[in-house]
Amino acid sequence: MSKFNREEHHRIMQKHFGIITTPGQFTVALAGNPNVGKSTVFNALTGLHQHTGNWPGKTVDNAQGSFTYLDSSFLMIDLPGTYSILAHTVEEQVARDFICFGKPDATLVVLDATCLERNLNLALQVMEITPHVIVCVNLMDEAIKKNITINISALQKELGVPVIPTAARNGKGLDSLRHALYEMSIGITHTTPRQIHYSPEVERAIQELTPKISRCIGNALNPRWVALRLLDGDSAFIDSITHYLDLENNRKELAV
Amino acid sequence: MSAVIKPMITLKEICTEAERIRLTTQNSFGDKIVSDIYVNAEKIANRTITKNTSENPSLDSRLDDILTSRLFGFPIMLLLLSGIFWLTITGANIPSEMIGNVLFAFQDQLIIWFALAGAPDWLTGVLVLGMYRSLAWVISVMLPPMAIFFPLFTLLEDLGYLPRVAFNLDNMFKKCQACGKQILTMCMGFGCNAAGVVACRIIDSPRERLIAVLTNNFVPCNGRFPTLIAIATIFMGGVVTSEYETAVASLVVTLLVILGILITFAVSWALSHTILKGETSSLVLELPPYRKPQFGAILYRSIIDRTLFVLKRAIIMAAPAGAIIWILANVYIGELSLIRHLAAWLHPFAYAIGLDGFILLAFILGLPANEIVVPILLMSYLSSGQMLEFDTLNDLRNILIDQGWTWLTAVCALLFCLLHWPCTTTLLSAYKETGSKKWTFLTFLIPTTIGFAVCFTVAQLARLLGLA
Amino acid sequence: MNTLSTTIPLSSISIGSICQIVSLNVKGLLRRRILDLGMVPGTPVQCIRKSPAGDPIAYLVRDTLIALRNDDASQIRVTLL
Repeated sequence: MSKFNREEHHRIMQKHFGIITTPGQFTVALAGNPNVGKSTVFNALTGLHQHTGNWPGKTVDNAQGSFTYLDSSFLMIDLPGTYSILAHTVEEQVARDFICFGKPDATLVVLDATCLERNLNLALQVMEITPHVIVCVNLMDEAIKKNITINISALQKELGVPVIPTAARNGKGLDSLRHALYEMSIGITHTTPRQIHYSPEVERAIQELTPKISRCIGNALNPRWVALRLLDGDSAFIDSITHYLDLENNRKELAV
Repeated sequence: MSAVIKPMITLKEICTEAERIRLTTQNSFGDKIVSDIYVNAEKIANRTITKNTSENPSLDSRLDDILTSRLFGFPIMLLLLSGIFWLTITGANIPSEMIGNVLFAFQDQLIIWFALAGAPDWLTGVLVLGMYRSLAWVISVMLPPMAIFFPLFTLLEDLGYLPRVAFNLDNMFKKCQACGKQILTMCMGFGCNAAGVVACRIIDSPRERLIAVLTNNFVPCNGRFPTLIAIATIFMGGVVTSEYETAVASLVVTLLVILGILITFAVSWALSHTILKGETSSLVLELPPYRKPQFGAILYRSIIDRTLFVLKRAIIMAAPAGAIIWILANVYIGELSLIRHLAAWLHPFAYAIGLDGFILLAFILGLPANEIVVPILLMSYLSSGQMLEFDTLNDLRNILIDQGWTWLTAVCALLFCLLHWPCTTTLLSAYKETGSKKWTFLTFLIPTTIGFAVCFTVAQLARLLGLA
Repeated sequence: MNTLSTTIPLSSISIGSICQIVSLNVKGLLRRRILDLGMVPGTPVQCIRKSPAGDPIAYLVRDTLIALRNDDASQIRVTLL
């Protein structure tokens, strides 16, 4: 991101999400199902440098914490624990809006190694919104106790994004996590997030809509994902797009 | 030159198009999309995960067999929860006293400094004897119980046990058209009703969430327990020999708590059938695996969070209240202080509900914080210019009896303490959570109305039957 | 081909037995939550235990224990495996 873009980006962060970053600070969104040890990861990375509040205008918890790694400062924003971000509840909406429109430098999705299949639901959805995803497979110690083996490199190949195994409670894997977040934020990690294959009817409907969506909003958002939201009947999302993208359009006109 | 390229198609047009496509499939795209994502997830999982699960029931399963069984489920739950409450109440005594000693000693120091600075009496009164005193009270009474209760509760949560509580009790709540998770908000309410109201976020349905918010105050918080215990020990415990005094007092307080819970169920039921009638409730509750809690981290974080909360509340709510109370007690119109005037004015009404003017006034002035009700009461009774503590329960007993307290006054005072308006912090939390003045007003009105009604009934009945 | 008569409500399966989801007749927010948790048609579900009061009942779905009330579980049609 160019310097001008970064400043603009931080301004949007503050205005819409109430998040204040220091100059040059990278933002990391933390997502995950409830009960996966997301707070453990959050606490382990940010220690005491955190504060809690609410998302602006909503009765949903918001926790932010900071940490430094290799001379770079990171602001981690703990999103509400959600099973999905198809946005049928306020929590999901908050998470979705932040990942989508807040455009954090990296989105860390924490999964529970003992029920990976269900957790992958959220990971795949997040990967549809943004390519800057890191998957953290937490509770590896619990998985070992339950005789569950996960082939991390195979998982990484399947997903197309970095996958870091951790046992956050015991402090294991956290350094790799920090490093992965660092590399993603400074832009040296290239991801090829796995695209979800839908059934034929859905794919056909997507194909009908995506060209029109691209013409309308350019590459501001992943057109496939926007198509899916519209097909799902997500009216709140349409309001969100109008709101956030109009802002972008205004800015473009002012800049010229 | 800026060339504004008009998009050839607007977002609205795309929406209409998507709508059309969606309706041709009878609106089933939503389901299909979720199904498809899971098909993808399954494929990935099959290729990357190997499980060698044994046939033996896991530890989790065996624990659940006991904790949710017909035989042991309820008793263990009652034991655990009442254990936490008991630990909170008894464990808080000594720290409360210690903190109180330090803070009140500092108060005396402040008085000396103020005198040295040549401050006028009224200024010392308002700032030190009013604001600081109230602040010191609230901190010494509230901080230790909060610092014990919430960490313990968070430990249970981290362990994974709390969803089992909701699982065991959901059926009772279902009968009132409410959600089983309400029991968890009620438990939080024992610690602090404001925290209980915020905890209602765990309830998904807006209707059920409102029910939980509106009824949270029927569970007495840590700020009200000292009052309940003191009155119960003096008037109920005082009837028996001293070795059974605590046991009887505990029994009375337990009965009060049970009454509060029963009223919660009754009011929840009533709300579901009147102003909060709506779609039937449903429950989708995840029962996570049991995990060893992170003791150190939890204790540390929880204690810090709660300490900050108590301090903030003391400064914002209790201190200003203290100033106002001092002014009321020390400003005279004619022969009597404002407090005596107000108490006299309230007296007929208070008498009707089994109390006296001073008691009702103390509750009213205790709106910002329940902990200061008894100190205000003593101050008013003894015409002291400042809130008072009692040295021993015997002292308190003598004062109350001198002021004309009977068993009826005690009973009505206990009932009113359980069933009256929430404190300002709770009301503020209710406003933030509901976003509505109407519901916040009802949070105030419902316990108050029930409190007045119950006390009135008890008082009138007792007098009618010649018992008091 | 599964006709309605060969499917039974989820609430009727006994503890320990495993079934497969055929259709969900629930609506609204409940439907979305159940789907999001992975209870989509074709998913295996095992009945694990009942609450002391008999309601709700805990089911094992994709390695997760989820408790549902009888009334809601009776709207989910399954076939025994």
